[in-house]
Amino acid sequence: MDLFKVISDIEKVDPEVYERFDTRRRVFKHISGMSKAVTAATLPGLLGTMFNKAYGQTSALPQIIVDTLNLALQLEYLERYYYQRGLDTPNLIPAADVPAITIIRDDEVGHINAIRAVLGSQAIPDPTAAAFDYTAGGRLTPFANAANFYGTSQAFVDTGVRAYKGGAVNLMGNKAILTAALNIHSVEARHSSHIRLLRRGGVAATADLNNLNEKPKSWISGTDNGGPVPAVTRPVYAQGTDADYPAEDNVTQANINVQTSSSAPTGLTITPAAASEAFDEPLDAAAVKAIGRNFRSAVGAAAGLFS
Amino acid sequence: MSNLTKPDERDAAFTKPLYTPIKRRSFFMYAGATAGITALTLAGCDDDSDDNSNFIDVGNGDVGVLNYAYALEQLEAAFYAQVIGGNYYATANAAEKQIFQDLALHEKIHVDFFRQAIASANATPLQDLTPDFSTINFSERSSVLNAAKTFEDLGVAAYNGAGQYIQNPDYLTIAGKIVSVEARHAALIRDLITFNSFVADDVVDFSTTSDTARQEKSKRPAEVLTAANMYLADGSKLSASNLQ
Repeated sequence: MDLFKVISDIEKVDPEVYERFDTRRRVFKHISGMSKAVTAATLPGLLGTMFNKAYGQTSALPQIIVDTLNLALQLEYLERYYYQRGLDTPNLIPAADVPAITIIRDDEVGHINAIRAVLGSQAIPDPTAAAFDYTAGGRLTPFANAANFYGTSQAFVDTGVRAYKGGAVNLMGNKAILTAALNIHSVEARHSSHIRLLRRGGVAATADLNNLNEKPKSWISGTDNGGPVPAVTRPVYAQGTDADYPAEDNVTQANINVQTSSSAPTGLTITPAAASEAFDEPLDAAAVKAIGRNFRSAVGAAAGLFS
Repeated sequence: MSNLTKPDERDAAFTKPLYTPIKRRSFFMYAGATAGITALTLAGCDDDSDDNSNFIDVGNGDVGVLNYAYALEQLEAAFYAQVIGGNYYATANAAEKQIFQDLALHEKIHVDFFRQAIASANATPLQDLTPDFSTINFSERSSVLNAAKTFEDLGVAAYNGAGQYIQNPDYLTIAGKIVSVEARHAALIRDLITFNSFVADDVVDFSTTSDTARQEKSKRPAEVLTAANMYLADGSKLSASNLQ
């Protein structure tokens, strides 16, 4: 393989090829950083990635990708300003948990920056904190105490996990963007795990199977009985717009009943709860927006947030 | 490659362009250009990897990805089955007992699911793998937790890295349904080892401004299997040289 010949050939149809690499020199940082992992087997994929990076952002993205990423962006802003307000509220977050909430806030900032970089001018404007109503129209008091704060946090992050999962198939046409979204999706799931750990009382606390609303597992068990505040959060764990987006208590995956067709490890039993926990469920854009609309202010509504 | 320079002189014989230069935007009408380049380079590269005759290859295409996932789930399920039969678990507190029961259940459910799903796709599930957990002390909490962390973080990185190889959207969604559960596991195990390490810079890019800001460091199959093979017996070690 002659890389220079390949690039030279590209130059014949795209005279700006060198400029692209020059102005996007970070492309090469990825490659040099991965030098140990580069083998004959991985090199072609790497080159594909390199050219994707050089060219990817200058092309108009398909509308479905733009829409999917802009919805993700709205959820990221919802969370980003939520954690910021939590950190800014005196005596709300216990000192031991400030590092975690700071990490989560910074993760959302990073996700916002990365998604905006992909979307470029097609990204929605920053809605600002004024666009959100974290009381869900007066039904929640998330900044009254830590338990309330973490409860609403769980609803947001679990919505985010379901939204990224539901949106992934829309991104299949662009492997770099798909991979970025998957790599954000799992970080959101890590957040959920930690928030749920805090809610049940820390590493030494057991989940209360009779009160999953307040003492949840780190994973979603059944529908978690509707979540932290069922009157508001039930849709976070419920079926989406249609049966392609089942509720979190679903135990049928690819037409296989994963409860009845699996054999338990010695000494254990596969309950419907366990079978549901093993798989998270996606949520469609319409259902995600409906949840999001609970948390937009008049400013957010006027800006078309979650519309 | 960092010395990439304009090869004006290199191809003196290759003078006249075959095509008239086109504008930037028109280039993207050739939507397959990137894929074509990748395919070209593939054709031009020999596989110079070591003799893989003793390795089990997971195959190619969607079935290859499913078998790749099936293999990793087998490893995790075997590990947790041994954990809950071991001395650490016997003396663990109620919270950790509850956690490891769930982990053993979830991973076994994943294994049994993949075996059936692969058969349903009219393909052959990978053979039953034989693990080698000789480096893990199942009586020692820290040894068990650190091994669990390795397996869970590896699983997340593997699913995220393999998503791009999946052609069938239904399989991508299935992978997504599982990987977030693995990420929940990973975060909790990490918190048990060091509180507040549910996200840290060994698994997530900690820059807030890079292209991969605050994203999981996903891994390609070759990298994943190098790590996984350390826990598989000879004859059960894996390769994924056809997952591209």
